[in-house]
Amino acid sequence: MTLQHFMNEAISPWMREDGPDSDIVLSSRIRLARNFADRKFPIIADNNDLEEIRDFFRNEYENASFRDYDNFEFFPIKDLSAVEKRVLVEKHLISPLLAKHGEFAATMISHNEQVSVMINEEDHIRIQLYFPGLQLSNALTKAFEFDDWLEEKINYAFDETKGFLTSCPTNVGTGMRASVMMHLPALALTKQINRMMPAINQFGLVVRGIYGEGSEAIGNLFQISNQITLGKTEEDIIEDLQSVVHQLIEHERKARTRLMEQSGTKLEDRIYRSLGVLKYSRIIESKEAAICLSNVRLGIDLDIIKNISRNILNELMVLTQPGFLQHYAKKTLTANERDVLRATLIRERLQLEEK
Amino acid sequence: MQCQECQKRPATLHFTQVINGNKTEVQLCEVCAKEKGYMSYPEDGYSLHNLLTGLFNFDSSQMKSPQGTQFGQHTELQCSKCDMTFSEFKRIGKFGCAECYHTFSTHLDPIFRRVHSGNTKHRGKIPKRKGGNLHLKKQVESYKTELQKLIVNEAFEEAATVRDKIKELEMQIRKKEAGEDR
Repeated sequence: MTLQHFMNEAISPWMREDGPDSDIVLSSRIRLARNFADRKFPIIADNNDLEEIRDFFRNEYENASFRDYDNFEFFPIKDLSAVEKRVLVEKHLISPLLAKHGEFAATMISHNEQVSVMINEEDHIRIQLYFPGLQLSNALTKAFEFDDWLEEKINYAFDETKGFLTSCPTNVGTGMRASVMMHLPALALTKQINRMMPAINQFGLVVRGIYGEGSEAIGNLFQISNQITLGKTEEDIIEDLQSVVHQLIEHERKARTRLMEQSGTKLEDRIYRSLGVLKYSRIIESKEAAICLSNVRLGIDLDIIKNISRNILNELMVLTQPGFLQHYAKKTLTANERDVLRATLIRERLQLEEK
Repeated sequence: MQCQECQKRPATLHFTQVINGNKTEVQLCEVCAKEKGYMSYPEDGYSLHNLLTGLFNFDSSQMKSPQGTQFGQHTELQCSKCDMTFSEFKRIGKFGCAECYHTFSTHLDPIFRRVHSGNTKHRGKIPKRKGGNLHLKKQVESYKTELQKLIVNEAFEEAATVRDKIKELEMQIRKKEAGEDR
């Protein structure tokens, strides 16, 4: 199959379009956890069950299309190399957990990379849909349509009072995790984000780094998602999330304006220095690259830096991850070699922009 | 102190390894420690699930075995479909299959309440096909609340219309259920 298609570009086709509030919100995601009613959950299932589930997906959906999502490609995880798995994780198409599951795990990805289905992860089925910018309700409608399409052929584990039954009690009910990826440099710079986190938690929402649970915020990118899945409708969960996101956007915009007014030159200096580092450095660690990329993206949003596309942040953040670098180099690299290649790729990418 | 591996970054981590009684000590920076496998990646680290298992265990200490005997082991709940025991569920924090939800049902609400801010009942999506009559039943419920309100407000004409709607839906439900029994 054409795994190459998913490996070559650091940013997915859907990311190329701007969505609402995309100066601050990079993407919206809906994830639904579903299980077969009559099979043991992957954590203790027999190989037989897992194999049948995997083959069911291959037989039913390989090369199938549904609405905007065309030509689903199907990949058993065991057929992927370590680097290939890592790239799919870095692009958020599969989870680190799925990548670690051996024998019977699989994934199914639409050609435009907007929908990916993880098979035999913690649950039998994990559906993920991505949209650019802030568009949670649209994402939910589309996720439900896709969910209904799968349900035509699958007998879901569902209970009248407990809802969709999942392996982990934290997902039961809606089985839904809605999340929004936000770039909040001004709130991070002014340390306001730390003060806001407890308030966000009060809404039953959590703030995480870009690679999900347990990951730290790199490049001032924060993922806000719902924690509660039971007792609220999907629509209500999304409304709560949306209202918090709207407030964060407003605060971020205010903080940006205030920074510009109160210490414009200082901010400009920081932005241009970062651009300088990205343009001229020969060795750069991922953490430094992330900070500089965040500053440059802020500079683009504030119209200080012109002629560089906004997408540069999303693209280079993924492109400079260890998996992608090694995919590019076509060999395993040490940390030092990666730092050199990272600097080279960033320089080349920026030169491309300036032509 | 410098990292022994890369000789560049400061060593922030100190590892002591004992293999067959031979002790070796290394000073490493975080980057090299990860690279050399001294540390696990973030996803292996402390996660929400670790925290959860903690919560369940806390729960079990408050749970009294029904007989109050020291032979708790013999009376333990076990899922008939996947053989998962309740103590195993508490240890790993995951259900083994859909049936576990029924098997352990009497013990689950405190856990759900703690994890989901006091909620124990699903209010979200009902699957189209599998949901069957559930959609209709929910509709009847919402009509019934409406009916109560109308009666309290003495809007009897509207109440009569709503009552008829309820009757009709209940007919539909009965028909469907009869169909399923066949």
